[in-house]
Amino acid sequence: MPDALLRVEGLQAWYGESHILHGVSFEIGRGELVTLLGRNGAGKTTTLKCVMGIVGERSGSIRFDDGETVGKPSDAIARLGLAYCPEERGIFASLDVEENLLLPPQVKTGGMSLQEIYQLFPNLQERRRSQGTKLSGGEQQMLAIGRILRTGANLLLLDEPTEGLAPVIVQRIGEVIRQLKARGFTILLVEQNFHFAATVADRHYVMEDGRVVDMIAAAEVQQSLGKLQAYLGV
Amino acid sequence: MAQVALGLVNGAFYAMLSLGLAVIFGMLNVINFTHGAQFMMGAFAAWLLLTQLDVPFWASLILSPLIIGLFGVLIERLMLKRIYHLDHLYGFLLTFGLALIIEGLFQWKWGSGGAPYPAPIRGGTDLGFMVMPTYRLFVVVAALVICLATWYAIERTKFGAYLRAATENPTLVRAFGINVPRLITLTYGLGVGLAALAGVLAAPVQQVSALMGTNLVLVVFAVVVIGGMGSIMGSIVTGFGLGLIEGLTKVVYAPASNTVIFVVMAIVLLVKPAGLFGQTR
Amino acid sequence: MNGRTLGYGLTFVAALIAPWVAYPVFLMTALCFALFACAFNLLLGYAGLMSFGHAMFFGMAGYFFGYVVKTLDLAPELGLLAGVLGAAALGLVTGALAIRRQGIYFAMITLAFAQMIYFFCVQAPFTGGEDGLQGIVRKPLLGGLIPTKDDRVLYYVVLAIFLFGYGAIYRFIHSPFGQVLKAIRDNEQRAVSLGYEADRYKLLAFVLSAALAGLAGATKAMVLQFATLTDVSAATSGEVVLMALVGGLGTITGPVVGAFIIVTMQNYLASAGEFVLVIQGAIFVVIVMAFRKGLVGELTEWWRRRSAPRTEPAD
Repeated sequence: MPDALLRVEGLQAWYGESHILHGVSFEIGRGELVTLLGRNGAGKTTTLKCVMGIVGERSGSIRFDDGETVGKPSDAIARLGLAYCPEERGIFASLDVEENLLLPPQVKTGGMSLQEIYQLFPNLQERRRSQGTKLSGGEQQMLAIGRILRTGANLLLLDEPTEGLAPVIVQRIGEVIRQLKARGFTILLVEQNFHFAATVADRHYVMEDGRVVDMIAAAEVQQSLGKLQAYLGV
Repeated sequence: MAQVALGLVNGAFYAMLSLGLAVIFGMLNVINFTHGAQFMMGAFAAWLLLTQLDVPFWASLILSPLIIGLFGVLIERLMLKRIYHLDHLYGFLLTFGLALIIEGLFQWKWGSGGAPYPAPIRGGTDLGFMVMPTYRLFVVVAALVICLATWYAIERTKFGAYLRAATENPTLVRAFGINVPRLITLTYGLGVGLAALAGVLAAPVQQVSALMGTNLVLVVFAVVVIGGMGSIMGSIVTGFGLGLIEGLTKVVYAPASNTVIFVVMAIVLLVKPAGLFGQTR
Repeated sequence: MNGRTLGYGLTFVAALIAPWVAYPVFLMTALCFALFACAFNLLLGYAGLMSFGHAMFFGMAGYFFGYVVKTLDLAPELGLLAGVLGAAALGLVTGALAIRRQGIYFAMITLAFAQMIYFFCVQAPFTGGEDGLQGIVRKPLLGGLIPTKDDRVLYYVVLAIFLFGYGAIYRFIHSPFGQVLKAIRDNEQRAVSLGYEADRYKLLAFVLSAALAGLAGATKAMVLQFATLTDVSAATSGEVVLMALVGGLGTITGPVVGAFIIVTMQNYLASAGEFVLVIQGAIFVVIVMAFRKGLVGELTEWWRRRSAPRTEPAD
């Protein structure tokens, strides 16, 4: 892909003595929504964290917008236009909802305004003065996603946004993600819930034991169900 | 009653210093033993500015915290930063060592005797039940203003939101694009500046001496254990409150006034180990 | 005979002939502080609790000794006993409260309690206030058998006391109690889930540490014949931390080495006045920044690395 927004090649990562990633390679084009699928422990979250610069030891190549980022600290990477929504959501208990939303600074122009975010998530506006962690799981997830939309980042890293949520909320999040894609955000999504992933993604990368082992485009998903079931143990 | 009001003056210093310690501990997870020495340096800076450069008190109120705060920034950058990954006790030991060096140097150069600092406000104010030296009244009011301003800055401003968030989850805050290491350095500098500011205010109240910090910081530790370091308001209330209790004890049973705060600490440990306003163990 | 036994043997011989080579009072003072440092290290290295107020046990025991021997005019053995028991009792009370918090808070609480004891000693009549208890006569031990006025004779008594204390620590560490304590230090939650009452073990270690610190303090009062406010001051608490740090936290010989170094240094720098504080502070800083394992720890590490077999790179 000539004009990839993100290109990862031969990414290796360690947590202390544990060698987690053994050479991950994939790429994402502008405006694409790409997922990382795989079982628990495959290295999906670690890959996301490496792209964001949070993992301590990493080597290989991560190119964002044709600039090498593998050695940069996370705040520098964020300022290039990446934003991260962690698996545990990371809502700050000592801040209220609106403070949480306003916390990530604007790194580029083109981010959504607070009003637009409230339009996307009306129930956040209702509870804007509530303490961040007093929200329900679904609301916290929406807050975690809403937070990073204001910054002007164009590559969003979402780690298991539907984990532990009721089907109704999962649907809502799917709608939101499709809207974001329509607005031009590029999204890298880590998901265990394959059915959800299939409703939003352009392409799927399958990870196993710290490597990318397969890539399945949206159009090929139907034919590849058997393969996918084997990979994911579903 | 007069003693109680004067106890408030002590409480003012307890509050300001435990506030500084709490802010530093929240962000850096380090107990800044050097706080006492930095308080002392604040007072000394004011004294030196006055005696060597004829700089008046009101200017020292701004200059001294700036100078000592910058010194704090240096300490953080050169030393504290390198030991964050270690057990917190090492931070305690490092700041203890620094306190020894600083106090030792000041004692060596200027001896342990005290130098007087003229009060910028003379005279007394009639409060009805007593005539209080106006300067001391000013100290109490100023301390209240400073503490409340700090509280406001932390709880109600954008910068305070950054601080609170970074205290909770520094990795994530950094991943949002905020330069957390710089924020940490700044926080330490501010905490140190606060200690120095308290020192300037203290100069006219007690003699400026190399030992004025240690004597105070040990009591402030007890204040901090009593209050728990969980909340800013908690530190303020506990500081002033304990000053009042100390004042009351002077009236009721004078010989115990030195130790009453420690007794309160023992009681709090028995009843609510996390501290009056604390949350975790 | 392996290296370590040889090392211990040589040290023992050196200890026996020492009073003919060096000034006995200096040696005895160093031994007392060595025991003090070992007692402190028992708590830190093996229970993971850093007490920043250990001087309260050391100093109070000295006062108890002085009171029993000088004011009550009883035998020095009773004085030593009073010192140990008094320190242990104090340890029980303060420990029970301090153990309720951990880590940094524990350190601050012990510091605060020690300050309280300091203020108490300033005011209490039996301590003699600012002057302290002076001129505690050296009475013979064992009903007159041991003439303690002779420094060299007293040296062997102090050596015996030190070896007793050191041995007690050694036995404790290697006993079942000691093993449980280590388990608690390494992973308290796990130990608790296995059914051990962590607080009880920690308190036991605290009281033992206090008692041994008391033994050291009472012995020092016996040797130097006075007990003063300095012995209960925060400075002394800080000094013992420094000794353990310099020697090596968590090593059993480290505190002894550290104590000897610091006491020697204090002797040399006695004329420098307050500058000693600066040097002490600088040593703290340097060690925390660069030599965290202390002298014994770093040497052991260096020796281990030297003797480790070199591995050939895989082909």
